[in-house]
Amino acid sequence: MALSVKINGKPHRVDVDDDTPLLWVLRDVLGMTGTKFGCGKALCGACTVHVDGAPTRACVTPISSIGESAVTTIEAIGATKVGARVQKAWLDAEVVQCGYCQSGQIMAATALLTDNPKPSDSDIDDAMSGNVCRCGTYPRIRAAIKQASQGLGKEG
Amino acid sequence: MTMHDRSIASRRRFLAGAAASGGLLLGLSLPMSGARANGEAFAPNAFIRIGADGRVVLIMPYVEMGQGIYTSVAMLMAEELEVDLAQVQLEHAPPNEKLYGNPLLAGVQATGGSTSIRASWKALREAAAAARTMLVTAAAERWKVDPATCRAEAGKIVHASGRSVAYGEIAADAARQPVPTSIALKSPGTFKLIGTRAKRLDTPGKVDGSVVYGIDMRLPGMKIATLAQSPVFGGTVKSVKDSAARAVKGVRQIVRLDDAVAVVADHMGAARKGLEALEIEWDDGPHAKLSTQAVFDELKQATAGPGVVAQKIGSGVDALSGAVTKVEATYQVPFLAHAALEPMNCTVHVRKDGCEVWVGTQVVARAQAAAAKVTGLPLDKVVVHNHLIGGGFGRRLEVDGVTRAVQIARQVDGPVKVVWTREEDIQHDMYRPAWLDRMTAGLDADGRPVVWHHRFAGSSVIARWLPPGFNNGLDPDSIDGATQLAYGFPNLQVEYKRVEPPGIPTAFWRSVGPSHTVFVVESFIDELAAAAKQDPVAYRRALLDKSPRAKAVLDLASAKAGWGQSLPKGTGRGVALQSVFGSYMAMVADVEVAADGSVQVRRVVCAVDCGIVVNPDTIEAQIQGGSVFGITAALYGEITVKDGRVEQANFDTYQMLRMNEVPAIEVHIVSSPESPGGIGEPATSCVMPAVANAIFAATGKRLRRLPVDPAVLKAPA
Repeated sequence: MALSVKINGKPHRVDVDDDTPLLWVLRDVLGMTGTKFGCGKALCGACTVHVDGAPTRACVTPISSIGESAVTTIEAIGATKVGARVQKAWLDAEVVQCGYCQSGQIMAATALLTDNPKPSDSDIDDAMSGNVCRCGTYPRIRAAIKQASQGLGKEG
Repeated sequence: MTMHDRSIASRRRFLAGAAASGGLLLGLSLPMSGARANGEAFAPNAFIRIGADGRVVLIMPYVEMGQGIYTSVAMLMAEELEVDLAQVQLEHAPPNEKLYGNPLLAGVQATGGSTSIRASWKALREAAAAARTMLVTAAAERWKVDPATCRAEAGKIVHASGRSVAYGEIAADAARQPVPTSIALKSPGTFKLIGTRAKRLDTPGKVDGSVVYGIDMRLPGMKIATLAQSPVFGGTVKSVKDSAARAVKGVRQIVRLDDAVAVVADHMGAARKGLEALEIEWDDGPHAKLSTQAVFDELKQATAGPGVVAQKIGSGVDALSGAVTKVEATYQVPFLAHAALEPMNCTVHVRKDGCEVWVGTQVVARAQAAAAKVTGLPLDKVVVHNHLIGGGFGRRLEVDGVTRAVQIARQVDGPVKVVWTREEDIQHDMYRPAWLDRMTAGLDADGRPVVWHHRFAGSSVIARWLPPGFNNGLDPDSIDGATQLAYGFPNLQVEYKRVEPPGIPTAFWRSVGPSHTVFVVESFIDELAAAAKQDPVAYRRALLDKSPRAKAVLDLASAKAGWGQSLPKGTGRGVALQSVFGSYMAMVADVEVAADGSVQVRRVVCAVDCGIVVNPDTIEAQIQGGSVFGITAALYGEITVKDGRVEQANFDTYQMLRMNEVPAIEVHIVSSPESPGGIGEPATSCVMPAVANAIFAATGKRLRRLPVDPAVLKAPA
């Protein structure tokens, strides 16, 4: 049966099985390919999106569980203040190598900084260790998160 | 028009007459005379195109998979052509080994082996400098002035009078100029771009989700397929019950091949659900009982007798009789999967009269040939669209995925994207070979090594990948890092024995041969230092009188790391040194070993001499990333086979290093006037022995096999 979902502020109707993971609705049904497939089992974080602001692994999230919640993906995260700041920090710190995991990294980092504008190293470890980067950009991800956090606390 | 079509079309235009096209086309390996009379000789190595519209295009023979090559190769061209980096547009080179073969990889059109900068360094700068010279001459002719009074600057030719013309406006005239017979390259002192931290060109689209990797390909009417391949290497499909799979909403078709079954669906969710609903009975074939233990047993047996001598110095192993002390050890390293984060995928549309392939590949011409072979079509009917790759590490030097996708697509009406699940990606990888090494050394009364004997056995990837490269039982990759050591041993013998594991496909993996040899060599030299009761850095240093570049990186890394300082209990500091991929590297690693035997790498200090630096930020990034890749392998990497099946399947059983485990990584670059060396791979091989040697320093336990086994390091209760 057709389901309604709200992605990046826009409502969509999709006709897929209830248990279809959100990831495939985004990528294959709606053509939003910025969210990546890495493992299919919530082990790598490449598919991280926000559901009502919470970082969520789209590969194991059934579409029927979304209900009225707002889904935000990498395609729209730059429209948020924190997301834009994170993206800029990513470019300034020249974080990216192959780039395939970075949508998920940026979504995880944005969720972290939205929730906790001044994360400690240990906060960063906790929030980011679910996201695998096979190229090994972790040191720069950490540096970019710290850069993005500068000034965030003050602005509230 | 696609990238591929554009570059083909532009070459055709050139062949039809450069003047008519209004463009200037230049190539690598420029013929130095008669080029204009012979269009073929000029056109074939086409890498640079300047359009009448002012577009400066680099037709890029190497693929971007994270190593930063789109930026650093573009920097080489922009430097000599005198254009801003931002002005350079890149197109993937189409499949054509004659035009785009990699001279450092026997002419195969391949991105790998840390060769892209090395292969481009002279040739691409010469091509760009020749283009610049022709543009200058054309402008001088138009203005009827002495070319010596004109210069190239920021995409324009500027006359001493101040008048100027943009490259696009003069391109047609430049195409009519003779190719210069001698080309003056800029001297390094005048570089504006080379050596700078130029920003990467490929990153903006990678932070907003807009970049299109192969897996992101979308075409009208495209279906998505996923597959199950025989879980046992070499097995076949006996029977398939697919009624439940066909009943899954969105499943369109089941494709049965000899050794695999694919589910074709509207989306990956349905394809995966359909795959799970399939009941497949397999014929396990001849490898049903295969195990990695059997592979290692065979390697052990193979190394009991002599191998093919790869290098011999002095009396070789015969010199052992004169040694005061003999040290012996056996090492082994496991099979490894690539586990690039973008799972294997390939999109194919097979029509009666042609085939189109969308894929990210390190070997685009081989991808084309693979599709042609499966379809029976001639090469010119197969179009391959190359893409940015979400991690290569050698996996995309193979075209098994293209072959498989075309086999499936042949049975599908319309385009189909075949996507491997992570489990299929790991269990049907082509693996970094397992190796076993027997080391023997003889020391004199002062503990100095007077003889070094290294004998090892394992798969030769080259023998399959590039058969002419395997000669008289040897290939250059397998022995790389084991021969031509920086250390001066008066007697040395290195022997290799090719042993192919039955059924288990092997392939290149980041750092290739040295990913194994450097671990063994640098661990064993550490053993010798310990046997001689000498400091590991001083022991190595005493052997480097004929290798000043190696000595310099060792000195720099040990100084920056604070070598010799005392460390807290449970921690240790280890060193490793290598000279591979044309670069010299030393690393010092600090580790902490917990009571339960778990290892945390706390800090890595790296000194590198990779010749002239093109982009220092890229070098640092590759060393950081390569270190993480190598630490991952040292601590976790192992593919094991039981009953013919790979036992690991996803990131829970084939673990990756994560944010909380990553050490501080410092990179110190030695200033050098030498030609650039490779940088994508050296850190991966260097860090593994540095970590193992640090563990020895912390615990007194010598690890002679990877990955690290915490049970061995566990403190006694």
